[in-house]
Amino acid sequence: MTTANIFFWFATGLLPLSLMVFLFARQKAHTLEKEHGFLHSRPGFYGWYAVIKFASPALIVGIICSVLSMFNLLHVPGIMIIGTAFALGGLSLWFALKHIKHEFRARQPVEKAMTVLLLIAAMISILTTLGIVFSVIFESIRFFHIISFWDFITGTVWNPDTAFLIGAGRGDEASVPDFGSVPIFAGTFMITGIAMLVAVPIGLFAAIYMSEYASHTWRNRLKPLLEILAGIPTVVYGFFAAITISPLVVEAANAVGLHADYTNALTPGIIMGIMIIPFISSLSDDVIRAVPQPMRDGSLALGTTHSETIRHIVLPAALPGIVAAFLLGASRAIGETMIVVMAAGLRPNLTANPLEGMTTVTVKIVEALTGDQEFDSAFTLAAFALGLVLLTVTLILNVVSTIIIRKFRQRYE
Amino acid sequence: MSHSMEYNKRLQRRHRADRRFKYYGMAAIAFALAFLAFFFVDIIGKALPAYQQAYIQVPISYNADVKDNYNKAITRNYRYLVSRSYLRTLPKKLLEHPELLGTTEHTWVLASYRVDQYIKGHEGNGLKSKYRPHVDQMLKEKKIELRFNTLFFTHGDSKMAETAGVLAAAVGSILVLLITMAVAVPIGVMTAIFLEEFAPDNRWTQMLEVNINNLAAIPSILYGLLGLAVFINIAGVPRSSALAGGLTLALMTLPVIIITTRAALRSIPDSIRDAAYGLGASNLQTVWHHVLPLAFPGILTGSIIGLAQAMGETAPLLIVGMMAYIPEAPSGIFDATTVLPAQIYTWSSESIRAFEERTAAGILVLLTVLLSLNAVAVWLRNRTQKTW
Repeated sequence: MTTANIFFWFATGLLPLSLMVFLFARQKAHTLEKEHGFLHSRPGFYGWYAVIKFASPALIVGIICSVLSMFNLLHVPGIMIIGTAFALGGLSLWFALKHIKHEFRARQPVEKAMTVLLLIAAMISILTTLGIVFSVIFESIRFFHIISFWDFITGTVWNPDTAFLIGAGRGDEASVPDFGSVPIFAGTFMITGIAMLVAVPIGLFAAIYMSEYASHTWRNRLKPLLEILAGIPTVVYGFFAAITISPLVVEAANAVGLHADYTNALTPGIIMGIMIIPFISSLSDDVIRAVPQPMRDGSLALGTTHSETIRHIVLPAALPGIVAAFLLGASRAIGETMIVVMAAGLRPNLTANPLEGMTTVTVKIVEALTGDQEFDSAFTLAAFALGLVLLTVTLILNVVSTIIIRKFRQRYE
Repeated sequence: MSHSMEYNKRLQRRHRADRRFKYYGMAAIAFALAFLAFFFVDIIGKALPAYQQAYIQVPISYNADVKDNYNKAITRNYRYLVSRSYLRTLPKKLLEHPELLGTTEHTWVLASYRVDQYIKGHEGNGLKSKYRPHVDQMLKEKKIELRFNTLFFTHGDSKMAETAGVLAAAVGSILVLLITMAVAVPIGVMTAIFLEEFAPDNRWTQMLEVNINNLAAIPSILYGLLGLAVFINIAGVPRSSALAGGLTLALMTLPVIIITTRAALRSIPDSIRDAAYGLGASNLQTVWHHVLPLAFPGILTGSIIGLAQAMGETAPLLIVGMMAYIPEAPSGIFDATTVLPAQIYTWSSESIRAFEERTAAGILVLLTVLLSLNAVAVWLRNRTQKTW
C-alpha cells in the first residue's frame, strides 16, 4: 500500500462519514431548537462543528503518517493508520456532541476553523513555489557534485553520452562527459530573439491600432480573434511548424541559394513569435489605454497629427509598461517547450546562422527526462541544472517586469 | 507664398505619415489573422482525409490452417492489402464459430494503411509498385471504397496506422482533467476568498500575491520537474498515471483560477457585504450566502479558461511520463494513461506517413473542444456581466 493509496482510501472513507456526522448533529440541533424555542447559531453550524471535530483529528493523523512514510521515517500498516485516525475522530466527535446545547455558540469555532482552512489553501501556492525551487535546487546540487558549476556555465561542448557509465558506477572506463551548456543557451537565445523580432513589432502595432484607432465594436471583435492565437496548444504549433512551415523555410532558403536544415532555428522562432503576439498586444493595449486622455488632448490641441501624438506622447508615457510586456513575452518564449521539441534540433550547435539546427534548454530537459536513463545519472540530473537556469532567468524577467508595471501604474494613479 | 506652399507640403507629408502609421497597425492585425486563417485551412486540409478509411472486399477462406497461422486465410496477393489487425481476429472467430470451417466468404474488411494512403493519393504511401495495378483494378471494380472512419473514435492507439484512434487518449484527458479540476478549483477558490475577504493587508499577504503572480508566469515544464521530483519520486504516485498528471496540471492551473476568482470577487460591490453584515451575518455567512453566489459566473468562466489551458498542455505531462504507448482506455487513476496532446505528440513523431493525417485529425478534435470551451467562457462572461 503506497502513500497515495492510503490517502485515496482515507479521503473516500472520510467523506461519507462526515456527511453522516453533519446530518446527525444538525438533526440534534433542530430538536434542541424545538425544545427550547431558541438556538444560538443556525442548525447548520452545529452540523459543521461536529464535522470539524470529527474530521480534523482523523485528517491530521492521516497526513502525519503519510508524510512520515513518504520520507521513509516510519512504516505503519495502512489499516492501523486508518483505525487510529477514525478512533481519534470518533472520540473527539463524542465530546463535540456533548457540547451541543441550545445556548452553545457553534458559529465562532466554525468561523475560526474555516479561516484556518482558507489559510491552508492559500499556503498551497507557497508550497508549490517552494516545491519547484527546492526540487530543482536539490537535484542541481547533486549534479554540481559530479560536474563543476564553472564547466557547466562556460563549457562549449555538450556531449553527455558517457554519463550513464558513471551513473552505473563504471566511470573509470569512460572518458569524462562534457556538460558545457553554452551552445544550449545560445540556441535558446537565438530562438527567443527570432520570436521577439516577430512578436514585438506585430504585437505592438496591433495594440496601437486596437487602443487608438479601432472603434469599440471592432476592438471587441478583433481581440478574441487574436486571443485564439494564444489559445492554440503548443503541441499543435509544434506539429504545424515541423510539417508545414519548416519545408517552406527550407524551400525559401534554397530559392535564394542558401542551405537550411529541416530543424532550423528560424521555424520555431517564427511560430513562437506568432504565439506570443496576443500576450504582447493585450498587455501593451492595457498600458496604452492607461495613459490619461488629457495628455492626448493636450498634444492634439497643439496641432500634432494622431500618429505624432501616439509616437511622441502616448508611447513614451506607456514605455515602461510596454517594456514590461516585452519582458513577459520573452520569458514565455524562453520557457516554451513543445514548439522547440518538435521543430528545433536536438544537437547543441554554437552558431550564428538561424538556418542551422539549434537546440534549447527546454528541449534538453525533455530529452533527458523522457529517455530510459537511470534517474541518478548525471544526464538526467543535468535536466534539473538546466531547469534551475530556466527558473532563475524567467523569475528575474517576471520580477523586473512586475516592478516596472507597478511603478508605471503609480505614476498615473 | 512659397512659405505657405512649403507648409502645405509638409502638412501633406505629415498626413501621409499619419495614414501610414495607421496602416502599419492594420497590417499587423491582418498578418495575425491571415496566419490564423492559413493555420486552420492547413490543419483542416490535412485532417479531413483521416475521417475516411479504405475498406476492401476480399475472399476469406476459413481452412484448418487458420487456427495456427492467420495469414493462411487469405491468398498472397490480397494479404498485403488487408489490415493485419483484422487477420489477427480470424483464429478467435473460427474458435467461436466452428461451423465456418471450410467455407469461403467474400467480405468487406479494413484495408491496410498503405492501400488507404495510396487511394487517397498521398505521396510516401509505402504501397509497393507491383500491387498498384491490382489496387487500381479493384478500385475500378468497386471492391475498395472509402467509408466514414468510426475506428478513429472507437479505438485507442495502435502501431498499425489504420486502427489508431483517439478514444484512449480522450478518456485519459477526461480523467486527468477531472482530477485537475477537483484539486485546483476548490483550492484556488479558497485561496482567492482568503486573499480577498479574510486576509489582513500586511506584508505576508502581499508576498502571497507576488508569489501567485510569479507562479502564473513560471514555464509549464518546471511544473513537470516538480511533479517528477515530488509526486513521483517522493510521494510514490505511479509514473504516467492519471493521478500524477492531474496533480501536476492542478498546480499549474491554480494561479489562473486564483487570479480570475479574485477578479470576480472584487467586482462584487461592498454594499452587498455591508447589507449582510448589517443583518448580523458573520464574515463566513456573508461570503457563502451572498458574495460567492453573485461571483459564481465569474468563477465558472475562470475555471473553464483554466480547464482549457490545462487540456492543451503537454510539456509537464511528458516529464511525468504520460507519453507511453497506451492502446486501451485507462480503467483507474493509477493506470498508465495518455492524454490528447500527448497522443498528438507521439503520433507526430511516428515515421509512417499515414500517421500524419491521424495527427492532424487528433489536433482537429482537440482544437474543436478547446475553441468550444473558450467560446462558452466568452459567452458566459458576456451574458452574466453585470454593472453594479
